[in-house]
Amino acid sequence: MNFWKRLLFVLVAALPLAAMQASAIPLDKVPKQTTDLVSLQHGAKVFVNYCLGCHAASFMRYTKLQELGLSQKEIEDNLLLATDDIGTTMTVAMDPVKAKDWFGVNPPDLSVIARALSGPGGSGADYVYTLLRTYYRDPTPPTGWNNLVFPNIGMPHPLWELQGEREPIFAGEGDKKVFTGRWKQVTKGTLTPVEYEETVADLANYLAWMAEPVQNKRIAIGVWVMIFLFLFTLIAWRLNASYWKDVE
Amino acid sequence: MAEFKEISPDASMGAKLHNWFDNRFPTMFDAYRKHMSEYYAPKNFNFWYFFGSLALLVLVIQIVTGIFLTMNYKPDAETAFASVEFIMREVPGGWFIRYMHSTGASAFFIVVYLHMFRGLLYGSYRKPRELVWIFGCIIFLALMAEAFMGYLLPWGQMSYWGAQVIVNLFSAVPFIGPDLALLIRGDYVVGDATLNRFFSFHVIAVPLVLVGLVVAHLLALHDVGSNNPDGVEIKEGPKGNRWSPDAPADGIPFHPYYTVHDIVGIGVFLMIYFAVVFFAPELGGYFIEYNNFIPADPLVTPAHIAPVWYFTAFYSMLRATTDPMVTALVVIIALAAVLNFFSRRSLASKIGVAVAAIIGVFLLKTFDAKFWGVVVMGGAVVILFFLPWLDRSPVKSIRYRPGWHKVVYGLFVVCFILLMILGAASPGPLFNKSSLEWLTNERVAMVLTLGYLAFFLLMPWWSQLGTPKPEPDRITFKKH
Repeated sequence: MNFWKRLLFVLVAALPLAAMQASAIPLDKVPKQTTDLVSLQHGAKVFVNYCLGCHAASFMRYTKLQELGLSQKEIEDNLLLATDDIGTTMTVAMDPVKAKDWFGVNPPDLSVIARALSGPGGSGADYVYTLLRTYYRDPTPPTGWNNLVFPNIGMPHPLWELQGEREPIFAGEGDKKVFTGRWKQVTKGTLTPVEYEETVADLANYLAWMAEPVQNKRIAIGVWVMIFLFLFTLIAWRLNASYWKDVE
Repeated sequence: MAEFKEISPDASMGAKLHNWFDNRFPTMFDAYRKHMSEYYAPKNFNFWYFFGSLALLVLVIQIVTGIFLTMNYKPDAETAFASVEFIMREVPGGWFIRYMHSTGASAFFIVVYLHMFRGLLYGSYRKPRELVWIFGCIIFLALMAEAFMGYLLPWGQMSYWGAQVIVNLFSAVPFIGPDLALLIRGDYVVGDATLNRFFSFHVIAVPLVLVGLVVAHLLALHDVGSNNPDGVEIKEGPKGNRWSPDAPADGIPFHPYYTVHDIVGIGVFLMIYFAVVFFAPELGGYFIEYNNFIPADPLVTPAHIAPVWYFTAFYSMLRATTDPMVTALVVIIALAAVLNFFSRRSLASKIGVAVAAIIGVFLLKTFDAKFWGVVVMGGAVVILFFLPWLDRSPVKSIRYRPGWHKVVYGLFVVCFILLMILGAASPGPLFNKSSLEWLTNERVAMVLTLGYLAFFLLMPWWSQLGTPKPEPDRITFKKH
């Protein structure tokens, strides 16, 4: 019995297929929804300020931010840092050759990263949310930073000024060393820990939205389609019954 | 030419119009009668008979959505990925068309697998419907080619590496393999040339073949008439029903009775289909793989390459065919040849079988296991073509077969589903436990592959065993 249960478990666990996501620790769920416009507006601001320096989002047009309840003027005044043209997509000026030199890899385009990083452990947004909350100082990698989700990550902590430096608390030694889930604050950041969590959640939420801006509209339309199809099927069912009722 | 029909000038506008067309294009009216209003189908169709019309519906969905996708898609390695995201974001309704097409691909296979299973259950491939079945098998092959080539077009990581792996299989063919693979790719690696030719095949060549085959499948079906869940021929039963004195008594006009019936099936199907399109277009990474949101990168091989779910069973058979599998096949062939000597066949046939076995063993050991993997994978599909002659049961339908035949069918289904699951999972030990390290994905898949093949290859033997239940003279029909 136990064997079969295990087998079933393994087979079911094997089901979610090939995903790039491979986190060293369990992922935390983003405590925000892509219907929360305030969160998305804040996330967009964090994104253009902190991510867009190196990462492009070359399928995302600035004008599309209007769907988050921002006016064209608000976008031009607050979010248009890399360009003057609101009609362009979120490209980046950094030279890819230099980027490869600095970080070892080219910073990936973030347009659909929240979809690409989805997997059995959680959504891509969950991945980013956990990733940006598990940086710690480590003298070994060239950047001086390391990460619990993505060990030996090429990207140094992009939000370290906001978060400050932290140290993970491990239990056990050597091979048996496990992360306890607790942290020690080494230096203070400009945000309080609660504000920082909120900021990262909004950013991850924004990435989830940007990966598929139509998602909420899609679900809203889907509800109506379901209602229509339900009525359609109901009528078709009764129509069929009336045709067949005198077939002997 | 038929007589030109005159109509009274007092006739209604509709009757005049009908007459006008009937005089000029009678074929249209004949076809309507032959295939719709006077095509008599058995009246006892059940749930399993929805999937034929659903397959036709999905084909239409794929063609129509495909036309609109082609208007905006760029078959160019530099811009293909971006053009798909452009469709998703900037083309009005583009996301809807694209999700319908991606969901439609999976829906096609679900519907077709169930449609084929129906044929298996009720012996729909048996005489006189062998050609209907064979056209169907070719449709299945064409569908696999269509799906495989279409999957390259979004130019994501899984598109790219999936195509790379499958095209490389052709290079395992002895002698001509490497040239064959080169011919398919048009380059030494999957690249822009591959994308262009796959696009051409996907949007025009294979769809044309598919549509032609579907027509042949339906025409052949309408010539011999549909089978039914009882597997008894309505054409051999009494004649005369309320619509025609010559039609089979147990037949019912396809239109309106089965058209109105199929619309119910279509309603239920569309509810499920659109639930996926609107609420879960990726379906947990099954219908759209997450890795495919990363643009194709020839320099970065993904850690785990798996085809989309509908190919995983066959992919699993391919992976399972390593040296131990070849050894197992050698042992099975040798045993069969030895056992044959104890049969009541003539000496000449015994020697013939033995010589064939020796040649088989020699070939198995000569060529690479990878090649035999390709043979097993291809053979698993090709074997379906021979089903009409492998099945020797005196009755067609599972309803009147000996009870234990249901168990055999059940085991076959279990084999197939487990192969699907294993093909999606990564290779290596299934359990994270040192005492169970020997229980690898490949070994389990090997046993299941042998089970799958044995179901078909041993069918001439097992399908004759046991006492069938008495078949009724006429179909069983319960009034609605």
